[in-house]
Amino acid sequence: MSKVLVIAEHDGAILNPSTAKTVACAASIDGASVDVAVFAATAGPIASEAAKLASIARVVTYERSENEYALAAIIAPQIVAVAGEYTHIFGPSTTFGKDLMPRVAALLGVNQISDIMSVESSHTFKRPVYAGSAIATVEAPMDAILVATVRIASYSAVTDNNSALIESGDPSVADIPTHTRFIEVKSGATDRPDLQTAVKVVSGGRALASAENFDIIYRLADKLGAGVGASRAAVDAGYVPNEMQVGQTGKIIAPDLYMAIGISGAIQHLTGIKDAGTIVAINKDEEAPIFEVADIGLVADLFTAIPELTEALD
Amino acid sequence: MEKILVGLKRVVDYNVRVRVKSDGSDVETDGVKMSINPFDEIALEEALRIKERGEASEVIVISVGTVDAQQQLRTGLAMGADRAILVESNSPVDPLGLARTFKSIIDRDDIDLVILGKQAIDDDNSQTAQMLSAIWGRPQATFASKFDVAGNKATVTREVDAGLEVIEIDLPAVVSTDLRMNEPRYVKLPDIMKARKKPLELIAISDLGIDQGPEIKSLMFEPPLERERGVMVDDVAGLVAALKEKGLA
Ligand SMILES: Cc1cc2nc3c(=O)[nH]c(=O)nc-3n(C[C@H](O)[C@H](O)[C@H](O)COP(=O)(O)OP(=O)(O)OC[C@H]3O[C@@H](n4cnc5c(N)ncnc54)[C@H](O)[C@@H]3O)c2cc1C
Ligand SMILES: Nc1ncnc2c1ncn2[C@@H]1O[C@H](COP(=O)(O)O)[C@@H](O)[C@H]1O
Repeated sequence: MSKVLVIAEHDGAILNPSTAKTVACAASIDGASVDVAVFAATAGPIASEAAKLASIARVVTYERSENEYALAAIIAPQIVAVAGEYTHIFGPSTTFGKDLMPRVAALLGVNQISDIMSVESSHTFKRPVYAGSAIATVEAPMDAILVATVRIASYSAVTDNNSALIESGDPSVADIPTHTRFIEVKSGATDRPDLQTAVKVVSGGRALASAENFDIIYRLADKLGAGVGASRAAVDAGYVPNEMQVGQTGKIIAPDLYMAIGISGAIQHLTGIKDAGTIVAINKDEEAPIFEVADIGLVADLFTAIPELTEALD
Repeated sequence: MEKILVGLKRVVDYNVRVRVKSDGSDVETDGVKMSINPFDEIALEEALRIKERGEASEVIVISVGTVDAQQQLRTGLAMGADRAILVESNSPVDPLGLARTFKSIIDRDDIDLVILGKQAIDDDNSQTAQMLSAIWGRPQATFASKFDVAGNKATVTREVDAGLEVIEIDLPAVVSTDLRMNEPRYVKLPDIMKARKKPLELIAISDLGIDQGPEIKSLMFEPPLERERGVMVDDVAGLVAALKEKGLA
C-alpha cells in the first residue's frame, strides 16, 4: 500500500493553497494513506490549517529554529531523515517545491518526477514536456522511494472539513548546514487575489507599452475581482514585477476566467493557461495565435476596448 | 575563485513546434533545429561576466549527450568559454546521473562554481542543479536573476512565486539561472574561427563509472488535449454579453 508524505508549503504563518492541491494528487493514488509534514520554526497555526484537509491521516510537525525560512538545503536532510516510513514524497511544483524536492530525491539516491498532472497507478503518472507540447507517461521503479512534484494547476484543492491528528515529529538531523542564509523577500504584494489561486485573472502583454499603461489592466481586474498576470515580454520590459509572469517559466494557472490582453499567444505563454475555464483574448491582430485557443475573441485596440469594457461592467 | 563549470544542453530550439511521433514512442526530432538550452546560454553569459570582472580565471562548458552536442559546445567556446568537455552518452541521462557526472568532473578539475540553467526546455525537469548541490553537499541558488560574488561568499537574488528572494551562500555552490539574469552576447564570426582551436575533451560516460540511479521510464508520449477555437465577438458590448452568458461578469 502507498504511504505518501506531502510537504506543506507555507510562509511561516499561513498554509499555501498549493498544499491542498498536492494532497488531492496524493489522495488520487488508489488506497493511499496521506500524511502532511510541516517544517517550520513554529508550526501550530499552519498545522491546524493542514489538519482540516480532507483525505489526510495525520499532520506531523517538525519544529526547529532553522526552519524559519524554507531553504532547501536546510529542510531536505530533515525530510530524508523521516522518509523511511513512506513510499512516496510529494511537494507542489511551485518555486518552493521545485527547489526542494530534487534535493530530497538526490539525497535519497533516486530520480524525481516533475509536474505530475495525473496519476495512472501508484508508480505511473502523466506529466507535460516540451512546454506542454507533449504529455509523457512515466513509470518509476516499484522498489525505490518515489519523489515527485505535483502540477498544482491540474488539481482542485481537497475540501477542508477534516480534523486529522496532529503529531510532533523529530527529524533527528545532527548537522543542519549553515552555508545558505536567508536575507529577505521583496514582493510587490497587493490586496488583489493571488495569481495562482484567483478564480479570475486578467493579464497584459507587451502591447501595454509601459508600466503606467498597465493601470488600465489593474482597473479592469479590480472591477472583476481578478488577479493580475503578464506575459514574459511585459515582465522583461519592466512593466510589472517577475512574480506576475504566466507561462512555462512563470506561473502555471487554472482560473475560471483568463483574459489575455495584448498578448500574442506564444506556446510558452499558452502552456501556463491551458487549464483555464474560459479564455478571452483581446488583440488588434486578428491573426494572433492567442485566438486559436480563445473561447471568446475580440479584435480591437486594447487602449479603447479595455476602458470601455471596464466601464460596461457593473 | 578559479574555475566555473557551465552545463550546456543540446535541445530542440524553442521556436520549433514540437510534435509527438505517430507511434507515441517519442517526439519528432529528426531534421529539427537544435540549439543550446536558452537558460544555459544565460548561465554561460553570467560565467563569462564573472571571469571578465576578474573574479574567476577559467570557464569550462560541459555537455552530456551524443557527439552532436559538440556543435553546442563549439558555440559555447565561441561565446568565450576556455575549454569544453563532452561526456558522450547515446541514451538520455536523467538528472541524477547528470548530477553524478558533473560531480565527478568537479572532483577531477577542482571546480569552484557551477552554473546551470533553471530547466531544460525539452524535459522541463528543473532538477539537475538541485541534485548536484545535494550530492556535493553545497548551497544551491536556484532560479537566480542576480549573482554577486564577494570573496568566498555570494549574494543571490532568486525569482520565487512570492517575488524576489535574496539569499547569501558560501562558495563553492551551484546556481541555476532564470531568464532575466542577463542577455547573452551574440557570437561573432572571428570568435567562431578562434573557437576551433580551443580544447574540446571527449569522455565516454562509461569511463566515469556513473551509477545513474533507478531509472524513470517514459512509456509513451501523446499530444496534449487541444483547446478549440471559440467565438469571435464584434465589439465590447458583444464581449460583455458573452461573459454574462457564462456567468463570468
Ligand atoms: C525559454 C523561454 C521561456 C519563456 N517563458 C515564457 C513564459 O513563461 N511566459 C511568457 O509569457 N512568455 C515566455 N517566453 C516568451 C514567449 O516566447 C514570447 O516572447 C512572449 O510570451 C511574448 O509576449 P507578448 O505576447 O506580450 O508580446 P508579443 O509577442 O510582442 O505580442 C504582443 C501582442 O500585442 C498585440 N497588440 C499590440 N498593440 C496592441 C493594441 N494596442 N491593442 C491590442 N493588441 C495589441 C500584438 O498584435 C501582439 O499580438 C519564453 C521564451 C523562452 C525562449
Ligand atoms: N545533457 C546535459 N548536458 C549538459 N547540461 C545539462 C544536461 N541536462 C541538463 N543540463 C543542465 O541542467 C539544467 C537543468 O536541466 P533539467 O534539470 O533537465 O531541467 C540545464 O539547464 C543544463 O544547464
